[in-house]
Amino acid sequence: MTIYLPIAELSVNIFVILGMGAAVGFLSGMFGVGGGFLITPLLIFYNIPPVVAVATGANQVVASSVSGAITHFRRGTLDLKLGTILLIGGLAGATVGIWIFSLLRRLGQLDLIISLMYVVFLGTVGGLMLMESVNAMRRARRNEPVTLRKPGQHSWVHRLPLKMRFKKSTIYISVIPVVALGFGIGILTSIMGVGGGFIMVPAMIYLLRVPTNVVVGTSLFQIIFVTAYTTVVQATTNYSVDIVLAFILMVAGVIGAQYGVRVGQKLRGEQLRALLGLLVLAVGLRLAIALVVTPADVYSVVVGGMN
Amino acid sequence: MRRLLPALFALLFAALPAAAQMPMLGDSIEQRERLQIGVSTTEIAITSDFAGADLTVFGSVDYADELLMAIGQYDVIVALEGPKDIATVRKKERLFGIWVNRRSMTFEHVPESYAISSTRAVDSIAVDTALNDRGVGIAHLPLIPIGFVGNAANLGEFRDAYRRLKTGSGLYARDTAGVRFVSPSLFRASLRLPANIPNGVHTVHAYLFKSGVFVADKQLLLRVVKTGLEQAITDAAHERPFLYGVFAVFLALVTGWGASVIFKKN
Repeated sequence: MTIYLPIAELSVNIFVILGMGAAVGFLSGMFGVGGGFLITPLLIFYNIPPVVAVATGANQVVASSVSGAITHFRRGTLDLKLGTILLIGGLAGATVGIWIFSLLRRLGQLDLIISLMYVVFLGTVGGLMLMESVNAMRRARRNEPVTLRKPGQHSWVHRLPLKMRFKKSTIYISVIPVVALGFGIGILTSIMGVGGGFIMVPAMIYLLRVPTNVVVGTSLFQIIFVTAYTTVVQATTNYSVDIVLAFILMVAGVIGAQYGVRVGQKLRGEQLRALLGLLVLAVGLRLAIALVVTPADVYSVVVGGMN
Repeated sequence: MRRLLPALFALLFAALPAAAQMPMLGDSIEQRERLQIGVSTTEIAITSDFAGADLTVFGSVDYADELLMAIGQYDVIVALEGPKDIATVRKKERLFGIWVNRRSMTFEHVPESYAISSTRAVDSIAVDTALNDRGVGIAHLPLIPIGFVGNAANLGEFRDAYRRLKTGSGLYARDTAGVRFVSPSLFRASLRLPANIPNGVHTVHAYLFKSGVFVADKQLLLRVVKTGLEQAITDAAHERPFLYGVFAVFLALVTGWGASVIFKKN
C-alpha cells in the first residue's frame, strides 16, 4: 500500500515506513536512545530528501522522548535547573544550526554536510561503543571486576568562572561548559535531526560529572524542548517537516519502543552495546560508501529560489 | 481527462460563418491564416493519486491555402507550459575522493513542466533559428543563466543536463505525432500531463507554421489545482508554517504521552 508524502513529494510504501519506525523504536527502547541518529539515515536511504528527513526526524524524536521524560519527571530523577541551563544553550544552538542549515541548502551543500556529519558521528560513536563493549566482555570472561571510572580529580572544566550550584546533581560547576554543551547539541539537532542523547549522556557523565541517576532524565528534558523548537523553526523556515511521515514513524516508534524495553531488560549490557555499536557503524559505512561511489548522474536540478 | 474530449466544436463552428462572410475581393488580396484553439475546461483538478493523463486540445486553421494544406505544408505545434520559476543545475565533481557539488548554473524563468506535441518532429518543421526565436521545442526553450557564468563553454553542458534531467523525470515531454488533422482545417492535439505536474497556471500555446515559416499562434490559460488531504497539508505547511509546526509538535507530544498511558495499563 503506497501513501503520498505531501512535503517529501513522493509516494512510499507505508509498511516500509512503519517497519523502519518500529525497528528503530524497538532499538531505542532496548538501548535507551532516542533513535533520531538511526531514523534520519534510514529515511535518506529510502530516497526521502535529506532536508525533509532531518526536519521530520527532529519531530519524531519529540514523540520518542516524551514517555521517557514523563517517567523521569514522576520519579524526580531530573535536574530542572541544570536542564534549563542546558536548554538555554540548546535553543541558541538550534537557532544558529537552522541558519547554517538554510545557508548550506542555498549553496547546494546541505546533503553532503548532513552525510559527512553522520559518517563522522556514527563512525566515532559506533567505534567507541564497540571497543568499550568488547573490552567489557573480555574482562567478564577473565572474571576481572569491572572498574568504574572514579569521578575523582578536578579537570579544566572546574576551573572556569561563573560557577553555579546544582543541588539535585550535587555539583558546583561553571555554567560555561553547560551552556556550551547545550549549544553544540542544539546545532546537531537542527542539522542532523537527532536528539543528541548519544553525545549528551556521556558528556554529562564524564565532563560535567553529573550523577548517572539524573543524567538521562535531564538530557531527555532538554531534548524534548530543543527538538520541539527545531521542528517549529524548520517548519517556518524550510517548510520541510512532513507531518504524514512523522506521524507514521511516531506511532510505529512508540509501540516498537515498548517491546524494545522488555527485550532490553533480559539481555546483557555489553552484548547489547556491542550489537548497537555494530549497527551504528554499519549505517555510517553505508553513508560513507554513498559519498565515494560515482553517482548515477553528476548533475541535479533544483527548481525555485529557496528563501 | 476524457471529459475534455468533447471539446469546443461549438467554438470552431462559431468561427466558420466568419470565414463564409468574407468578402471575395479577388485573389490578389491574401487573407492571413488564423489559428484557433480550445479546451473544454479552464481548470483541471487533480488528486494526489493522479497517475498522469492526456489533455486534448482542439483547434482550427482558418484561411489556409487549400493546396498547401493538401500537400502537408502546414504544421501545428501545441505546447503546454507549466508555471515559470528559476531552476538551478548543479554538477558534482570528485574532491578528496568524495562527490561534491562543485559547479552550478541558475536559469531564469523556465517552465517547471513542458509538454509539446506536433504534426512531425519539431526540428523538421522549421530551422533552428525560427524555433529558437519563439522558444518552441524542448531543445529550443530559452535557458538564460542568471549572474556570473564563469566559463561560457560550460553553458551548453549545463543546458543539456537540464533538458536531459527534466525529460527523464517526465516533466518535459515531446510527442512528434501528437497533433493530427481530422479535417482539412481541424486538428486535434494530445498533450501528456505527467503525474508530478506542478500546481498553478499553465499555458497552452499553439503555433502554426507554413512551409517552415511561422505564421500564427494562440494562447490559452489552464489552471491546474491539486485537491485532497495531501494538498491541504502542503498548503498548510506553506501558508501557516508556524501553526503547522506547533501542530506537528503537539501531535508528537500526544503520541508519546498516549503510548506511555496505554502501555502502562497492560
